[in-house]
Amino acid sequence: MCGICGCSQTNQTTKLKPVVKQNQHLLTSAHGHAGHAHDHHENERLIQVEQNLLNKNNSYAAQNRAYFKQHQIFTLNLVSSPGAGKTTLLVETIKRLKDRFPITVIEGDQQTERDADRIRATGVQALQINTGRACHLDAHGIGHAIRELDVKDHSLLAIENVGNLVCPSSFDLGEALKVVVLSVTEGDDKPIKYPDMFHAADLMLLNKTDLLPYVDFDVEQCIRYARQVNPDIEIIKLSSTKGDNFSTWTDWLTERLSALP
Amino acid sequence: MHELSLLENVRDILEEHAVTQNFSKVTQVTLEIGKLSCVEPEALRFGFDVVMKDSLAENATLLISELDGLGLCQQCHREMQMKTLYEPCIHCGHAFVRITQGAEMKVKDLVVI
Ligand SMILES: Nc1nc2c(ncn2[C@@H]2O[C@H](COP(=O)(O)OP(=O)(O)OP(=O)(O)O)[C@@H](O)[C@H]2O)c(=O)[nH]1
Ligand SMILES: [Mg+2]
Ligand SMILES: [Zn+2]
Repeated sequence: MCGICGCSQTNQTTKLKPVVKQNQHLLTSAHGHAGHAHDHHENERLIQVEQNLLNKNNSYAAQNRAYFKQHQIFTLNLVSSPGAGKTTLLVETIKRLKDRFPITVIEGDQQTERDADRIRATGVQALQINTGRACHLDAHGIGHAIRELDVKDHSLLAIENVGNLVCPSSFDLGEALKVVVLSVTEGDDKPIKYPDMFHAADLMLLNKTDLLPYVDFDVEQCIRYARQVNPDIEIIKLSSTKGDNFSTWTDWLTERLSALP
Repeated sequence: MHELSLLENVRDILEEHAVTQNFSKVTQVTLEIGKLSCVEPEALRFGFDVVMKDSLAENATLLISELDGLGLCQQCHREMQMKTLYEPCIHCGHAFVRITQGAEMKVKDLVVI
């Protein structure tokens, strides 16, 4: 049993049950979805619940946020579609900032340790969470991760979420800010196609700008779309592999890290 | 499959209520899902039996009550139907309409033994 939150698991994959094959499911689901296919038992009673499905996640997120505040840990939740460049961006960020601030990374992927290994190669601490079937990290898993890691006070904690522009938007991890990475090879209409994510984000990093000459991507249109769903979103254009404008991002981070009391 | 982890939350909520409200079996679960909530009712129906298997809600009936999207214009203060989370006001064209209904995703009630 976990001493911190009272749960019986050590990581979030253990609670996941095996997925039943589709045809198997369809056979077993032939019962009562029409409404009243069950016999009514005389002791049946109705209970009002009125409970939000995300309540539990939100309360773990609040615990994480309190912990980060207490220890002055500046936490970012990085989200994007698969391959937008989150890990590349983090590796480059670490190279430039690790001598100025302690940095820790939590990597979320459905499978493999590959991204955590890429981070560890830079010399900073990284923990990989494999979410298995789940397409997003949740606050409970992060709560365990931060207790397993040795996250220094007055430091940066970067959480790379599972590559997915839909689901992670609903799951608060307790982060200070959500950063959405969009790469120019994905199309300039992504902000209005996945409005929830761009609405929830505080900062959009428009990555792979070195590829702009080769793709049909209207930067101004993309920014208009992003502001349409989120008028307050900050936007930085950069290239994580070529380094163009990368210092605008590291300056943005440095400013916030220096402001920690 | 975001819906599967939401269903795991449903199962957790049932298990907690079983302790506090003293029941051992759930025969019907009503969820309230807003049409703007980015949850697909079909995917919930699809995953329900799988996630509830071997729990106190095994074989329970799932009812989903879908709520239409409604918004209140922050400028002219009139109400309107919303098909998406971000639509300008149909009355005055103002860009920001606050969602008043349709973002729900919750367990409304249960029939238990
Ligand atoms: N040209 C160019 N390629 C980039 C840039 N940033 C990342 N890439 C490339 O994009 C590919 C994917 O990068 P990753 O950093 O693995 O992307 P990710 O978002 O971490 O991917 P997942 O974790 O799988 O979702 C790699 O081949 C990177 O080299 C960039 O600024 N310019
Ligand atoms: Mg990655
Ligand atoms: Zn109006």
